[in-house]
Amino acid sequence: MRTVKAQDVIAPVANMCREANLKLPDDVKQAFRDHMESEDSPAAKEIFRQLLENSAMAEETGLPLCQDCGLAVFFVDIGEDVIVEGSLKDAVTQGMIQGYEEGYLRKSSCDPMSRANTGDNAPAIIHFDFVPGDKITINFMAKGGGSENMSRVTMLAPAQGWEGIKKFVVNRVAEAGPNPCPPTMLGIGIGGTFERAPILAKRSLMRPLNDTHADPEIAKLEAELLDAVNALGIGPMGLGGKTTCLGVKIEMAPCHLASLPLAVNVQCHSIRHQEVVI
Amino acid sequence: MAEYTLNTPLTDEDITPLKAGDVVFINGTIYTARDAAHKRLMDLIDKGEATPFELKGSIVYYVGPSPAPPGRPIGAAGPTTSYRMDTYAPRLHALGQKASIGKGKRSEEVKAALKEHKAVYFGATGGAGALLSKCITAAKVIAFDELGPEAIRELTVEKFPLLVINDCHGGELYAVPDRKAAGLED
Repeated sequence: MRTVKAQDVIAPVANMCREANLKLPDDVKQAFRDHMESEDSPAAKEIFRQLLENSAMAEETGLPLCQDCGLAVFFVDIGEDVIVEGSLKDAVTQGMIQGYEEGYLRKSSCDPMSRANTGDNAPAIIHFDFVPGDKITINFMAKGGGSENMSRVTMLAPAQGWEGIKKFVVNRVAEAGPNPCPPTMLGIGIGGTFERAPILAKRSLMRPLNDTHADPEIAKLEAELLDAVNALGIGPMGLGGKTTCLGVKIEMAPCHLASLPLAVNVQCHSIRHQEVVI
Repeated sequence: MAEYTLNTPLTDEDITPLKAGDVVFINGTIYTARDAAHKRLMDLIDKGEATPFELKGSIVYYVGPSPAPPGRPIGAAGPTTSYRMDTYAPRLHALGQKASIGKGKRSEEVKAALKEHKAVYFGATGGAGALLSKCITAAKVIAFDELGPEAIRELTVEKFPLLVINDCHGGELYAVPDRKAAGLED
């Protein structure tokens, strides 16, 4: 057994919140370059050029990539051989508050009814899980509101199967159009229960953009969905083009024999996430 | 597609030539307002009180900027999704607002208001908050400070780059999704 002091995650979490908001992952930037090449339309090319310039500006000036620095979403995987001293939940929240304050990041968390801002982006949205090993792995994502609003959960009938899933996802992307800041990334959760499916969908957004699913069957479905949504031709910022979506990630879990839960979590082009292992 | 440089406040003569797809650079003063600020604006108008800025000829930017770090007038300042302001926009256009800046689709009511009141909907690149802040040379909160990022700010902009998404003649720039190519039977 290994002992980890909860306090020790505060600084790495703060740092991760600041960094993720300033620096796009390399594979996202590479995707922008690749698609800028492959697009035919001048407007689509221009959007990718601006997104690359924006990312260079953010790194140079220390300004966040986007003014919507998101709600702070964490997936915390605790090794089963770890003893945590103190409150890990409080430490993650404290690190997040510190990171958003020191990084001049926008705090977007508010009361759902009065709409009063909580002032510190708290509470962090934290999903804890236990995994084998003696490490704590923390994944952070800055989740923007515009794309999150375009996300949906539904309960399909089992008979609808893959065709039903595909239809729902493609329809969702068509309906969302330019609103979620395309080109997007789509996190798809299939199975589980009503609350499990969107957590699977969100978790899949933590995967690198260039990552293919370990299960070749699921990888094939991801590719099929990506082709279908890109055929819509919505394009970068809705101005038309080949790139409506940069990547589709699917995570599945067994479900009730009566159910086929499906969640589509839409992520904008500013795919801001980081991982730290304690 | 044409390119225009316009100075604020905007007039009918500025708006009429604009067509969906045109590139426009704005110089002058624009005002920020998003969800909560729009609601407050409506309350003021309902009560017959003065609005924090002159609506006539105005450009309203749907944005909630990130905090300004030391030495900068403003933080990242890209557009937020516009449809949430659709409930309020026709009334503001009727009172003289000439343009809004945001991203994403507008309602039929907003498009009709653009035609009726000779106004325009501009798109700025969503997520390019750091890049767009380069064109903002000054910023000050002029109302609803307690709303934080949602407060109304007066921004001074230089060569602020925009695309005409919906013009005052019914033109629209956004691509219509090709549902058939994507395998959806309608």
